[in-house]
Amino acid sequence: MSSLAYVVADTAVIAKRNLLRIPRQPDLWSSFTIQPIIFVLLFVYVFGGAIQTPGYDDYVDFLMPGIIVQTMSFGGFVTAIGLSDDLRKGLIDRFRSLPMARSAVLGGRTLADVATNTVSLVVMVGVGLLIGFNFSSTPLEVIAGFGLLLLFGYAFSWVFAFVALISKSPEGAQTLGFLVIFPLTFASSAFVPPESMPDAVEAFAEANPFSTVVDAARALFVGAPAGNDVWAAVLWSLGLIVVFAALSVHRYRRAVSS
Amino acid sequence: MAEVAIDVEGLRKRFKDVTALDGVDLVAPAGTILGLLGPNGAGKTTAVRILTTLLPPDAGTARVAGLDVVRDAAALRSQIGLAGQYAAVDENLTGFENLDMVGRLYHLGRGPSRERARELLERFSLTDAADRLTKTYSGGMRRRLDLAAALVARPPVLFLDEPTTGLDPVSRLQLWETIEARVAAGTTVLLTTQYLDEADRLADRIAVIDHGRVIAEGTPDELKDRVGGERLELTLEDYEDEPAAIEALAPLADERPKCDHGILVMPMDKSRADIAEAVRRLDDAQVGIADIAIRRPTLDDVFISLTGHAAEPAEEEDAEQREEAAA
Repeated sequence: MSSLAYVVADTAVIAKRNLLRIPRQPDLWSSFTIQPIIFVLLFVYVFGGAIQTPGYDDYVDFLMPGIIVQTMSFGGFVTAIGLSDDLRKGLIDRFRSLPMARSAVLGGRTLADVATNTVSLVVMVGVGLLIGFNFSSTPLEVIAGFGLLLLFGYAFSWVFAFVALISKSPEGAQTLGFLVIFPLTFASSAFVPPESMPDAVEAFAEANPFSTVVDAARALFVGAPAGNDVWAAVLWSLGLIVVFAALSVHRYRRAVSS
Repeated sequence: MAEVAIDVEGLRKRFKDVTALDGVDLVAPAGTILGLLGPNGAGKTTAVRILTTLLPPDAGTARVAGLDVVRDAAALRSQIGLAGQYAAVDENLTGFENLDMVGRLYHLGRGPSRERARELLERFSLTDAADRLTKTYSGGMRRRLDLAAALVARPPVLFLDEPTTGLDPVSRLQLWETIEARVAAGTTVLLTTQYLDEADRLADRIAVIDHGRVIAEGTPDELKDRVGGERLELTLEDYEDEPAAIEALAPLADERPKCDHGILVMPMDKSRADIAEAVRRLDDAQVGIADIAIRRPTLDDVFISLTGHAAEPAEEEDAEQREEAAA
């Protein structure tokens, strides 16, 4: 077998292993099903009434694309916790002592986490439809939107893989993850229009790649003016994947279990 | 395979402020067990991590199965098996799934990998538990599975890092027998341990390691000769019998038995024939015995006799973690 064939085969073995684990860890499910639902209900029924979203009849139409993007990025926590756990328990040591492809442990992990992100996506869309969200674009655009969201979620799995590899424990990875992800998701166009923010924050929100992805999702789901957002969102996602995959694999080669 | 399976010269590794390995030399001929004996933090785990390609050395050379651990790392990984002290099995997979996964990652192929997994589960008496998640396994079962995982590809060289730490005596004995069977089949083993009796039972040669240096090396018998072998401890019913007891037992031993606080200590020969004879003699001398014990030399005894101080845990693992945090 060529070395590329080994990369594919080893990645598949690790992905299968991580998929097998999903139904066996029900305590993990809440992080990618119940938690996002709570966020939706909180924003629609608690904060929503006080948030002005010019151009949208209903806050839920403004919110859903944004909160689904947030949920996809939070999917990275599943990656981080799983990887951190493998490090702590010495499984990474075992993998690194095997004649397997160096990228397969991370590649298989992030690939399997596309499955949990897909579950999240289905749950979020279902909840959104139940509380009055409407897709007002073509079916093709909606499908493209789902693809973009999963691509973005995949990119964040790589970001969080790196977070896990530089952290000492699952708890540390979680803390670091929140420090990265909270400012990024909230100081964006996901929950409120950036025009309502103070100038400095607005400037950050406009430049924030999160806003780009949220705006792209709005364009594809509810027909908001797209500009270059869709292509920019795809490029951002691909860029994150390339950069963080390289960083993570480099770090993995010398990872040490604690 | 090379005649010398493990050949280490001048191995050094430093973690920021702690020297984990300070010029270590080790040799293990093919088909033998080399025991690495030392307290926590002596450098044992660092040595194993370097020899299994998990960590690069700062200086020195190490060849395993004829392959350099740095230059030939990728090729070497298919020649070694590693079982760690943390029993690295995936607890959300079944025993079978764990071994099958490892087989696939050694590139055995789908069919042979499954077959090998079943074979090993059978050999390690885990067939009944094969389809249970390993988080339901006992500590001993996990260690057995961990060792089985290290054996999946029938590697010519096996690294066992404190394989029996924390195991109950029965599981420990089972694991020892398995290791001996592997070596009888031609495998070379490097075993780290904190237990002198374990190194004594298993190892052909022992290297005693302390603060990153090999402070003594030899066969178990050579080392025990330097430490002194097993001792018989007799607790007398009455302190006043001490002189009579010493007189009665003096002819049995080369050196005169010592007595303190009613506890009489004498060196014992390997056959243990002395025990019955000692009891008989004390009985004849009408000395009452409250308790009888055989004391084996411990790791501490080895250290005291080799270095003059007891075995002190050092900071190897902590240092390794700090190093990574700083990097």
